[in-house]
Amino acid sequence: MSSVHVSPLKVYFGIFGALMVLSAITVGAAFINLGSLNPVVALTIAVIKATLVILFFMHVKYSSRLTKITVVMSFFFVAILFAEMFMDYSTRGLPYLPPSLR
Amino acid sequence: MDTPVFPAHNYLSNGHGLKSWLLTKDHKRIAVLYLISISAFFFLGGLFAVGIRLELTTPQGDLFQPDTYNKFFTLHGIIMVFFFLIPSVPAVLGNFLIPPMIGAKDLAFPRINLLSWYLYVIGGVFTLFAIIAGGVDTGWTFYTPYSATSSNSNVAPVALGVFIAGFSSILTGLNFIVTVHRMRAPGLHWFKLPLFVWAHYATSLIQVLGTPVVAITIVMLFTERAFGFAIFDPQRGGDPVLFQHLFWFYSHPAVYIMILPALGVISELVSTFSRKRIFGYSFVAFSSLAIAIFGFIVWAHHMFVAGISVYSAMVFSFLSFSVAIPSAVKVFNWAATMHRGSISFETPMLYVYGFFGLFLIGGLTGLFLATLGTDIHLHDTYFVVAHFHYIMVGGAIMGYLGGLHFWWPKIFGRMYSEFWSRISAILVFAGFNLTFFPQFLLGYMGMPRRYHMYPDEFQVLNVLSSAGASILGLGYLLPAIYFAYSLKYGEVAGNNPWGASGLEWRTQSPPLTENFVEVPTDIPEAYEYTPKVVREAKLV
Amino acid sequence: MSDAHVHAAAHPLADGHGLAADHGHAHHPALQHHFETMSQQREAGVLGMWVFLLTEVLFFGGLFFAYTLYRSWYFDAFAAASKSIEILPGLINTVVLIASSLTMALSVRASQTNQRKATVNWLLATIVLGTVFLGIKVYEYADKFAHHHVPGASFQFAHVPGPGEAHEEPAAVGHVTTMGPDELERTTQLFFSLYFVMTGLHALHMIVGIVILFIITWMAHKGRFDSEWHAPVEMTGLYWHFVDIVWIFLFPLLYLVERHN
Repeated sequence: MSSVHVSPLKVYFGIFGALMVLSAITVGAAFINLGSLNPVVALTIAVIKATLVILFFMHVKYSSRLTKITVVMSFFFVAILFAEMFMDYSTRGLPYLPPSLR
Repeated sequence: MDTPVFPAHNYLSNGHGLKSWLLTKDHKRIAVLYLISISAFFFLGGLFAVGIRLELTTPQGDLFQPDTYNKFFTLHGIIMVFFFLIPSVPAVLGNFLIPPMIGAKDLAFPRINLLSWYLYVIGGVFTLFAIIAGGVDTGWTFYTPYSATSSNSNVAPVALGVFIAGFSSILTGLNFIVTVHRMRAPGLHWFKLPLFVWAHYATSLIQVLGTPVVAITIVMLFTERAFGFAIFDPQRGGDPVLFQHLFWFYSHPAVYIMILPALGVISELVSTFSRKRIFGYSFVAFSSLAIAIFGFIVWAHHMFVAGISVYSAMVFSFLSFSVAIPSAVKVFNWAATMHRGSISFETPMLYVYGFFGLFLIGGLTGLFLATLGTDIHLHDTYFVVAHFHYIMVGGAIMGYLGGLHFWWPKIFGRMYSEFWSRISAILVFAGFNLTFFPQFLLGYMGMPRRYHMYPDEFQVLNVLSSAGASILGLGYLLPAIYFAYSLKYGEVAGNNPWGASGLEWRTQSPPLTENFVEVPTDIPEAYEYTPKVVREAKLV
Repeated sequence: MSDAHVHAAAHPLADGHGLAADHGHAHHPALQHHFETMSQQREAGVLGMWVFLLTEVLFFGGLFFAYTLYRSWYFDAFAAASKSIEILPGLINTVVLIASSLTMALSVRASQTNQRKATVNWLLATIVLGTVFLGIKVYEYADKFAHHHVPGASFQFAHVPGPGEAHEEPAAVGHVTTMGPDELERTTQLFFSLYFVMTGLHALHMIVGIVILFIITWMAHKGRFDSEWHAPVEMTGLYWHFVDIVWIFLFPLLYLVERHN
């Protein structure tokens, strides 16, 4: 594994171009009323941008399986954090019993 | 067996003077630095415990002012949790033993290892500064809004100290993970690793995944306290329960940072002193990982009465039971390992027996607290105090002391007094139970924690508890004496005084700076106590 | 005694450090004594950086959760507060930071292909772009101070809702309340607190990154790296890209909460 993958220059410039275009779309989309889809669009684009950076600038596409697992694991544990906390916050104030049993 | 000779060249003799210690990159010397510093913090934390137990011998609360008492239990908790228990087994035993156990010369990042000791010390200095400046009274949990707005004590320096010590813990974990992945000797694949290494690997995962969350929580608390920001402040719409969520996202798994390495120690000890390969190696190995991962999904059982929704409380309660499964897997496997083994009763093994009893009680009373209905009765009572001391003192410290007695001859090359160490092991076990078992009863009868006075009818049990604490204290003081004595006058231990099978016993005691003369290539299976090996090494 | 004892005793050593030098064949000058090969050393370093970034993800994760929760609770306050931030400096900074990621990636590539001069130049470009980002950040912070948008005792936030602006927008999780100006002023402090903690920590990461970049640039200038050993450049790159990713999320979350009316 001592030989390291060297990406061609056009990959870097291509990714940079894509990131620029996506940034422009993010700003543009924010000025259009998409209702509750606005944050969804913004975050989807952000996730795509982050993925591009991770895969190509950070070379994860060409890295070992261990590196890939590390990346996935970091987001998995953030997901646990979000999921379990929202499990609490989204059910706060709900009645203890369904109406039929009250 | 010929009389072993103390090796002239070893890591202790390689360089003299303070500078050779303070600038060392040798994992073994760093482990010794940790041993000294965590022992200092252990006795400091113990002093605060002495204060607490003295105050509680009488119901009136006549020894300290109430807020002094608050500072005592807060500092006891902060010092013991962040400056003793979390670094105890990993930073001392793990640091010393993981490289020789995997046939490496050092950890992957020796300089980062030293940095992490310095961070620990700096964090400790901040905390000591806060103690001298008047202490802190929030409880070790720093709950907001009290810690952010109301407390008049030194919250900020302690929070900073804990934050810095947290980075020490992260860096240790990072170092272990990379070391286990990248530094193993050729031929030493994962399923030949000692379970001690597995346990430390799982612990390291918690350290790198959990600690950053408490770090950011402390940063937020700090900005609130220092700059008047609003993050948890209910007056400005913030949610104090959010602090608790984020805090326990780390601090529950942190319990496993304390106990998992101790479980790894126990696996080594049980196998060595039963002269048997561990029963169900891969189950024990994976149960460590399972505990690490389950540990992250159960935190809100600390918050059942804090205002979380009932539905999520039910889910958290259910999930909390799941941790019992891998823990039980370990206990049953140890029992099966001992079954028909050739068991002996040296001091480290006495600690293992003590550990079994205490960990069992501690673990099973955890189920009472994970159950929603009983937790409402027991929450914030002495039942909780007793439960987590059974795990964190009864489990983690018994494991730590057992491990320290087991590897002491490896670390310093000399034996301690077998007689006094057995006495101490028995004192610790007896004193511990006398201290904390009455607290289960007190808690069940409704005595709340964190109060400096109590109704008269609780006095008998409290006096028993304080009496037990003095026996326990004696049990902890004795090792300090006979260990120190052994450094100079102890019998020379030789490479392998216990007849154990791990790689670390193949090198001299104390080891060379490079651990091995040649990187070991003929790696045996873990815990190979076949009759042939036992006979050749004269283990019995 | 076990034979390991005999084995050790048979090798009397002047000192432990003598061992590493005994291997015989020539080593790369950057090889540390406890590694066997350069590729082992590189893989250890890179894995170490990835594990560090894992902790960073969790570090910012807690912060992002606080943001998500309060945004869903006080959407109106977040929308109003976000609208008070100028988009243009944020957008320029987005472009600047992504460009700096590009130059960083190019410097890693240059070091992989043994181009010392190019490595140094791309690193310097990264430093310049990072500094520009921080400069714009200073301008933005000064603006917040001038408008009393820093949470605390002197905080002021006056927002007059325009016609048709109020509460047509159901937030993702609900809980949106009709806010009076008083409540708006109180709860916008949550937004600005998170704004300062998030951008402040991000800027702190950039400052650390720039310091590291200076060291790495100097090392590259001295010719310490070649195609066989350039892990420090690679690791700095990973860190820098991570900082970029944080900003990729911060920009829409802080600047673009609700811009369309």
